Amino acid sequence: MKIPYFPGCSLKTIGEGFEKSAIASAAVLDIELEELPRWVCCGTVSSLTTDDLMHHLAPVRNLIRVEDINETQLVTLCSVCYSTLKRSNALVKNDPEKLKTMNQFMYRERDYQGNVKVLHFLELLREIGFYKLKEKVKRPLKGLTLSPYYGCLLVRPKEFGIDDPENPTILQDLVKSLGADVIDNPYQLKCCGSYHTVDKPNLVADLGYKILTYARNSGADALVLSCPLCAFNLDNRQREIKRQFPDFVEIPILYFTQLMALAFGLDEEKLGLEINYVDPMPLLKEKSLIKPMSLIKE
Amino acid sequence: MSKTIRLDSPEATKFAAKIQERSGEPIDMCFQCGECSSACPVSSDMDLMPSTLVRFTQLGLKDELINSKTIWVCASCFNCVARCPKGIDIAKVAEALRQELLRKKLDYVEVRDLSIEERQEIPQIAIISNLRKFSR
Repeated sequence: MKIPYFPGCSLKTIGEGFEKSAIASAAVLDIELEELPRWVCCGTVSSLTTDDLMHHLAPVRNLIRVEDINETQLVTLCSVCYSTLKRSNALVKNDPEKLKTMNQFMYRERDYQGNVKVLHFLELLREIGFYKLKEKVKRPLKGLTLSPYYGCLLVRPKEFGIDDPENPTILQDLVKSLGADVIDNPYQLKCCGSYHTVDKPNLVADLGYKILTYARNSGADALVLSCPLCAFNLDNRQREIKRQFPDFVEIPILYFTQLMALAFGLDEEKLGLEINYVDPMPLLKEKSLIKPMSLIKE
Repeated sequence: MSKTIRLDSPEATKFAAKIQERSGEPIDMCFQCGECSSACPVSSDMDLMPSTLVRFTQLGLKDELINSKTIWVCASCFNCVARCPKGIDIAKVAEALRQELLRKKLDYVEVRDLSIEERQEIPQIAIISNLRKFSR
């Protein structure tokens, strides 16, 4: 199955390992994530006022690109891109007048017809069935205890989320199918501080400390998530957390696709672990999850 | 310290109506249950609790609202709307209030405020979203 995929800025920079591991593990499931031609920035955050159409143009332009190649679905990996594209798509689908205005403004593009469905890669996996993933597991993540972290835009607001906004299970269902254990973390839905990492890094460190320390104290070996901005705030910002809270103990942060690639027995280079700030290698070695490939039977 | 609020002032009524229209949210439905304030992960840094923000918007207290820290602390994480029994999206109300200043070219964050190190370290997803929220 071939499906158009929207990377967005982070998957080409800080989240390179997210993209690499996603493409490689999707291939195991016979899914070819084909990069959308001529994609543009999604705008990162949606306009939340009723009178601002300008900031919906970039997401809609990407949806036009999907119709340009005669496709009807668009898959994203980044939770922020997912939410932004989905919100603008819903706006124009529900308001023909606004769509008309936007189409007229983008007169060099073909008109957007509103026929595209925006999907998060996790939704696609759920549709396929996590049991199918289980069948592909060559290196079960046995002994690895994870704390799923959803953050905000993957599940909220309700109309644009992929799971229950207050009690999501999609990440835990996924990693359980890969053989890992999970803990309940009451901070799994708490904000990581998002864009405040620019102007209020102390607030971000404060939130990160609570989320990560709870995970660590409850026996989690690592956090699993799906958003590059959460990953920056919870992984790279551990340096600031340590500075602010001397008792803080580092904990690795992993994208769900890195865990899929690991469980599917893919080469170490496909895991994209080099992007991680807190090195997960000591943990993976301790749990005997990184082995020479020759030892893994086909 | 006490302050007399004139609930029938035309300016206050007009301001409340403007924010209601710009946010598209049924602000008048709020009955102050406080679920939003208890759900907000960043309320510790706010001077007005999210529920107070909505109450002040109902009353059209423009100065108190646009001079509050709260509108610049909201991270638009939508925890409040997930909990609100009336479905009011306070992130939209906060955005409508920020726009009151941003549309008058009163930026809260400017690119030049960021040091070279910060520009190199902070990923574009954070910088763009921050500037989209906090500058014109």
